[in-house]
Amino acid sequence: MIVAGIEPRAEFVHWWFASGFLVLGLALLSEALVGSEIWGRRPWRRYLWPSIAFGMGLLMWPVATFFTNSTIHMVAHSMWAQVLMLAGAAELGVARGKLHSQYWRLTSALGLAASGLALLLHEQNHWLFARAAFLHHTLGWTVLVAAVFPLVQAFRPRSFTAAMGFATTFVVIAVLLYCDRDVAPIFGHLSYYAGAPHR
Amino acid sequence: MSADVAHDLKAKTQVRTRSLRARVLLALGPATALGGVVWAILQPWRLTLLHPHGQGLYWLLAEPPLYVVLVGIGFRLLLAPGIVADLEEAE
Repeated sequence: MIVAGIEPRAEFVHWWFASGFLVLGLALLSEALVGSEIWGRRPWRRYLWPSIAFGMGLLMWPVATFFTNSTIHMVAHSMWAQVLMLAGAAELGVARGKLHSQYWRLTSALGLAASGLALLLHEQNHWLFARAAFLHHTLGWTVLVAAVFPLVQAFRPRSFTAAMGFATTFVVIAVLLYCDRDVAPIFGHLSYYAGAPHR
Repeated sequence: MSADVAHDLKAKTQVRTRSLRARVLLALGPATALGGVVWAILQPWRLTLLHPHGQGLYWLLAEPPLYVVLVGIGFRLLLAPGIVADLEEAE
């Protein structure tokens, strides 16, 4: 009861995570632009995006724990927490030099593919039901298709296109999350069953 | 030639020869911040700080256009200069 009283709206949490994804996207865009060698000249920079991903995974756990309006939401958020932490931890291991194989980038591909599937599977309404439903579908397909970028990077680590695609994915995720509202129309459509829209 | 003049000339040459990649990197932050400013202008009601009366704590904390501006400024001030310096050193 107390938790429900102080719990922020879901859209606020989505905007906070959007900011995290935006930082992640800008960091990855920079790395893609200058290349891994120049990016890694300052050791702390090598840890930057894996730490952000791992930290966002950790922060996803309270979301999974407290936003329990449905079991499938809780399961989906728990899965995002796990894949963010897995990808972040694997990249931290590579940055530290404890892990050597370029194929650890496959954890990011797995993370994106699993996240995309979770987004698509946990949205039970159609595209134009409400803004949130539309964004779940759009995010799901975007993230699922974008899994191809880290997949390519695992086999061709120097691919500029794959690096830019991977980075841009996070910027797109941020934009879509910023578009989220708890109850709002999408292209003029809002189902009667979605509830009353607010600002 | 005076050392000051030589230093100025060197700086001007560096500005002129800044690579496209360096310029794109330096523009990323301002472009992001500009996106936030445009959003704030298009949807001013998203900035509850402009009309704070009667707003709850979370509504006052939730200023998404400002988040975008802050991310852009933070990137430009904290991250971009070091990357560009390393890039220019390598080039």
